[in-house]
Amino acid sequence: MTGTLLSISGLTKAYPGVVANDTVSFEIQEGEVHALLGENGAGKSTLVKMIYGLVKPDSGTMAWKGGAFAPSEPRVARATGVAMVFQHFSLFDALSVAENVALGMENPPPMRDLATRIRDVSENYGLPLDPDRTVGDLSAGERQRVEIIRCLLQDPKLLIMDEPTSVLTPQEVEILFKTLNKLKAEGTSILYISHKLEEIRTLCDHATILRLGKNVGTCIPAETTAREMAEMMVGDTLHTPTRTANEGGEVVLEVKNLSLSSSNPFGTRLKDISFEVQAGEILGLGGVAGNGQDELLAALSGEAKTESQAVVVKGKAVGHMGPNERRELGILAAPEERLGHAAAPDMSLTENALLTGAIRQKLIKNNFVNWSETISFAEKIISAFDVRTPGPASAARSLSGGNLQKFVIGREVLQDPEVLVVNQPTWGVDAAAAASIRQSLLDLAANGAALVVISQDLDELMEISDHFGALNEGRLSEIRPAVGLTVDEIGLMMGGAHDLEDAHV
Amino acid sequence: MDLSAINPVLLIASLMVAATPLLLAAIGELVVERAGVLNLGVEGMMIVGAIAGFAISVETTSPFLGVIAAALCGALLSLLFAFLTQFALANQVASGLALTLFGLGLSALMGQSYVGVRPPAMARLDIPVLSDLPVVGPILFSHDPILYFGLGLTAAVWAWLKYARGGLVLRAVGENHDAAHALGYNVVRVRVLAIMFGGACAGIGGAYISLIRVPQWTEGMTAGIGWIALALVVFASWKPWRALLGAYLFGGINVLQLNLQAAGVAIPVEYLAMSPYLITILVLVIMSADKSGAPASLGRAFHASH
Repeated sequence: MTGTLLSISGLTKAYPGVVANDTVSFEIQEGEVHALLGENGAGKSTLVKMIYGLVKPDSGTMAWKGGAFAPSEPRVARATGVAMVFQHFSLFDALSVAENVALGMENPPPMRDLATRIRDVSENYGLPLDPDRTVGDLSAGERQRVEIIRCLLQDPKLLIMDEPTSVLTPQEVEILFKTLNKLKAEGTSILYISHKLEEIRTLCDHATILRLGKNVGTCIPAETTAREMAEMMVGDTLHTPTRTANEGGEVVLEVKNLSLSSSNPFGTRLKDISFEVQAGEILGLGGVAGNGQDELLAALSGEAKTESQAVVVKGKAVGHMGPNERRELGILAAPEERLGHAAAPDMSLTENALLTGAIRQKLIKNNFVNWSETISFAEKIISAFDVRTPGPASAARSLSGGNLQKFVIGREVLQDPEVLVVNQPTWGVDAAAAASIRQSLLDLAANGAALVVISQDLDELMEISDHFGALNEGRLSEIRPAVGLTVDEIGLMMGGAHDLEDAHV
Repeated sequence: MDLSAINPVLLIASLMVAATPLLLAAIGELVVERAGVLNLGVEGMMIVGAIAGFAISVETTSPFLGVIAAALCGALLSLLFAFLTQFALANQVASGLALTLFGLGLSALMGQSYVGVRPPAMARLDIPVLSDLPVVGPILFSHDPILYFGLGLTAAVWAWLKYARGGLVLRAVGENHDAAHALGYNVVRVRVLAIMFGGACAGIGGAYISLIRVPQWTEGMTAGIGWIALALVVFASWKPWRALLGAYLFGGINVLQLNLQAAGVAIPVEYLAMSPYLITILVLVIMSADKSGAPASLGRAFHASH
């Protein structure tokens, strides 16, 4: 470490109604991995967008190696030596890998030279990639490699990574960390944004913690426990969900040889999936995004119809039924995409409560909506799940992601299901709310419901599931008891590291 | 019935003329849609181009000035659409339909004093020897310059989209405008320029009808060519060469069915008149059965929120 690469002092950015960053200051040294920690909505993304020149700060200054640094647009930041791997990938599905890389460069070489350079860099850093492939056909891990290689080709001094591991298998994470350590050894600084505390403890040299837009502390992750960091992030003590052991009940949900082709052209075919869930049991299904999770949820919720015998609930074949018939039988589901799938964005919370609750809560009589009962159902969800909103008349779109997530999970949980299928129940939800959602799922199981929890957050699955399985390219691995599974075993169940190899350190 | 009256050489030469307005409008709209904007105002921009080109040609007696004026007017009218959709974030479908209706009305107003007037003729290419060759001469070497311009434009747009950096940025904007913005590209600027290019092309296409194909001005004379251009872009899978093929196919069958009508073939006129639409759509649907789809951001409004 030779000196300070980037120092940020008093950076403030306000949006109407919310101060995203409030006088944030910290420094990044040359050749260090610096973590930026915080809940969703703590202002991490806004802060890095200011460094990358996408957003202009209202006040405060930045200095690059001692000189003033105020990028007016991303190309200025890139020219200075800042590169960024985005959280939601900034890739173009219909274009090739080489074209995607070229778009992120200031002065790209001709395509033929670029393809050669992509091959060189990708081999050098252990991230194999074919420059001619279309990005739409790549897996999530491969897409991230495209982003990383796009950054590396510009010889960045500072590499910003926004939640890079959320889509990777444990093996892929390990290889990513080797790549990052190699970069660090070469003198590149890395600003690493995450809320996965164990990762930060293994990878990062320093951490800055943001809460509600303010810098609330710094720490050296290797010397701090994950719990201490989590409590600094939340500003409160953290309640870990508690569970009561349950002995096996009768089999409630039975899936037999389920095969289903996806309705989405880039989707995954489900291949011969079979499993059983007992009353009071939580089955956790892991796997990298895009390996059949959405399709499985659709098959269980009734959005996609299958052979009637493929899905059996309490001895009754339901594969041919649509979502409403299944709701009548107590089979409920909460899909991953909150806006547009789990909730209608421009409709009020009351209307959204009606959309899935109408049948079990008997909110419709003689084809007329009973609005007063619907409103009280919505209010019940809001108070039971601590949804922060002015009231049930607010549009779903106006809620923050975490609050809407609490609402859509609460809506299903409060309908007292026999079978509940959820996909990514705590995606983008802060730690305290995630803990309360998990607790509600555990309580539901304790009351005798059968749950299928699909998630990419392995810590979450290990915390709440009784049995664990993984989806890989539409196939389901062997189902194993969750207790005692090691990370390596889980990784292998998820399909290992695909074709990754180690960085040539 | 006398099919021998149909001269294949003249047929091919005239199908190229019939196809050119369609080709010009389609190539312009193709670029617009590749940038992620759906401009349904092609018909309106064409008809305004038709009258603007006609009027300026008559006043200046120079058909070339007329064509340039048509391009400028088409681009100017498209700026209205660009303002509505890119800055006021209005709905693209509604704005495009409004543009067509506005263009039809405006052109009728502008053209009141030009009904029945003859425009100055545009000189045809006349290369000694080459133009006099049998068969090849009339087909390849004795057309007006705008027809060659249309072919050149198709090649240029194809090459630009495929090889040039600007073309790559344009495709990126049409594919995922949020990602393009995050990488620092000015989505609105790219789209406004694409919309103006589309307007200019539609304007030239319109002027081609009023100056060369029909040489006269009548109200509503574009007669739906703009709509066919829109459909052609979709059925051509947003690929320039396929748009050319579709335009020539449509023009060809159109000319052929007119010849057949004149020759007195015993098929009801209505069936002949609908045949170009049916056959063109059929061929292009079969061709577009591969996986290449629409630009992913097509028709979606872009606003750079935080």
